[in-house]
Amino acid sequence: MATPKRSLRERAVEGVVFSGGMASIVLVALIFLFVLKEALPLLKDYPLSRFLTDRGWQPTLAPPEGPWFGLLPNVWGSFLVTAGAVVLSVPLALSTAVFTSEVAPSWLRDMLKPLVELLASVPSVAIGFVGAVAINPLVKDLFGLDTGKSAIAGSIMLAFMAAPTIATIAEDAINAVPRSFRDGSLALGATRWQGISGIVLPAAKPGILAAVMLGVGRAVGETMVVIMVTGNAGVLPDKGIWYAFTHSVRTITGTIGAEALEVANGEPHYRALFMLGVVLFTITFVLNAIAHYSLGKGDRRAQA
Amino acid sequence: MCHVCRFGPALVAVGCIALAGCVAPPKEGSAGAESATLSVKGSDTMVQLAQAWAEAFMKARPDVRVSVTGGGSNTGFTALISKGADVANASRAIKPEETESAARKGVTPKEFVVAQDALSVIVNKANPITELTLAQLKDIYTAKVTNWKDVGGSDTPIVLNARESSSGTSTFFQEHVLGKGVPYAATAMLQPATSQIVAGVAEDAGAIGYVGLGYLNGSVKAVRLKKDAASDAVAPSIDNVVNGTYALARPLFEYTNGEPAGAVKIWLDWVRGPEGQAIVKKLDFVPAQ
Repeated sequence: MATPKRSLRERAVEGVVFSGGMASIVLVALIFLFVLKEALPLLKDYPLSRFLTDRGWQPTLAPPEGPWFGLLPNVWGSFLVTAGAVVLSVPLALSTAVFTSEVAPSWLRDMLKPLVELLASVPSVAIGFVGAVAINPLVKDLFGLDTGKSAIAGSIMLAFMAAPTIATIAEDAINAVPRSFRDGSLALGATRWQGISGIVLPAAKPGILAAVMLGVGRAVGETMVVIMVTGNAGVLPDKGIWYAFTHSVRTITGTIGAEALEVANGEPHYRALFMLGVVLFTITFVLNAIAHYSLGKGDRRAQA
Repeated sequence: MCHVCRFGPALVAVGCIALAGCVAPPKEGSAGAESATLSVKGSDTMVQLAQAWAEAFMKARPDVRVSVTGGGSNTGFTALISKGADVANASRAIKPEETESAARKGVTPKEFVVAQDALSVIVNKANPITELTLAQLKDIYTAKVTNWKDVGGSDTPIVLNARESSSGTSTFFQEHVLGKGVPYAATAMLQPATSQIVAGVAEDAGAIGYVGLGYLNGSVKAVRLKKDAASDAVAPSIDNVVNGTYALARPLFEYTNGEPAGAVKIWLDWVRGPEGQAIVKKLDFVPAQ
């Protein structure tokens, strides 16, 4: 009597878990198909070659000159701000992860970990507001700029947001490295730092890479902060990287966030924003895929 | 007994009340006895004005609830056309394409001038520039001129502030200063709200921006405009809009779907009446006459 009942319950739980898992896959697929369906008719009004190569984004410019739906300034802005965020956040986040998992005494670790996780949950509007009020003037004075609204201000704020995500996931990856690795390296006469840098970090590398990718994903997809601190000028780098960093940029998410509410359903501008959505979706999909792939590799290695 | 049976009638009653509140058609019938809600949406230039109107209006007419949202003139038109708003605020006139797309959805936008404005060009207080011609303004916003020294100022790079494409003010400025179909310089920073233009211009020494008359305050300096090199420089002010000398004077509109009726009519009559126009003056905009 007891056995069939338990297996029935087990099967029911299995069914719920399975359909839950499937639902999220189906949902993601449906969202992507919807975005694609709304985006593709753009190509009737605006050829793909122009979308990919036009240097300007001016959706309400009157014909015959306009409108311009150029992908390039948007992608460039997203790339620049994100790249800057990675450069700033990865060293910070990895040192945090190494410190909390390897160096800090346990009472300090118990305090740091929840704090870092709390930092990851600060709402982005709040971070954007801090950026607009505090970081923009700071960046302006620090680099002697004409205005603080710049890619680098966006990078700093996004680094703030990405670092906790990277730190917590990287720390989990470092913790997952078996104790025997550390003991082994110490037994062979290596110092603690040699053990960390030569044994533990390489062993945790796939997990760390995944952490970085998820952090990058968060930075690429962030909207509110970049709208508030980057100034939203859709420019391409004609005067070098540093000039571009210290001047205003416009990101994919910023464009969608600022314009999505205004457009009438079905007009080319609406389609162009969905096209940007397709591009953004693809970028985050690739980043997540890389993260997932490298995590999988790590699991296999840990089992071996 | 089950929960639904016990609470069913109560739920139905609550549902009815909620529905009556939201759906009560503001367009027809006398909005006298029962309460009505009115959604006013659009122009960011007008959002403070519309909020001040709504506050005073709801004191006078507690039976009508008014909700005001900004976002830009385009947002207002889009909402009016999709019947997401009863009244659209706009700092520019409706475009033929918008009238067409409204007609396809069975909406006939009707235009009312509810106030006037002097679109004011602002610079940082430290900037020695006091006047600009419209041609210079065009050169600045198309990046033909990128340093203040080329328009008679100090040797400071110009920082361009403009509004997002959802803004009627942006469209108005483009049509009346740059020329229809002439693009803004790519380096123009597109701010999501008027208040951020004011903040940016107050902060950056080389900055320039444009805002509605009601947004002028002590933190920035309004530039006097000249229609051409020979004409007088005219400051943005109520008087200069009324006497027709200011180059960038413009009407501010409210649009309704068809002839206003019910709560919409009460609202528009009030806004265009003495009480509404007194508030226009109080917020430093220009009455509709």
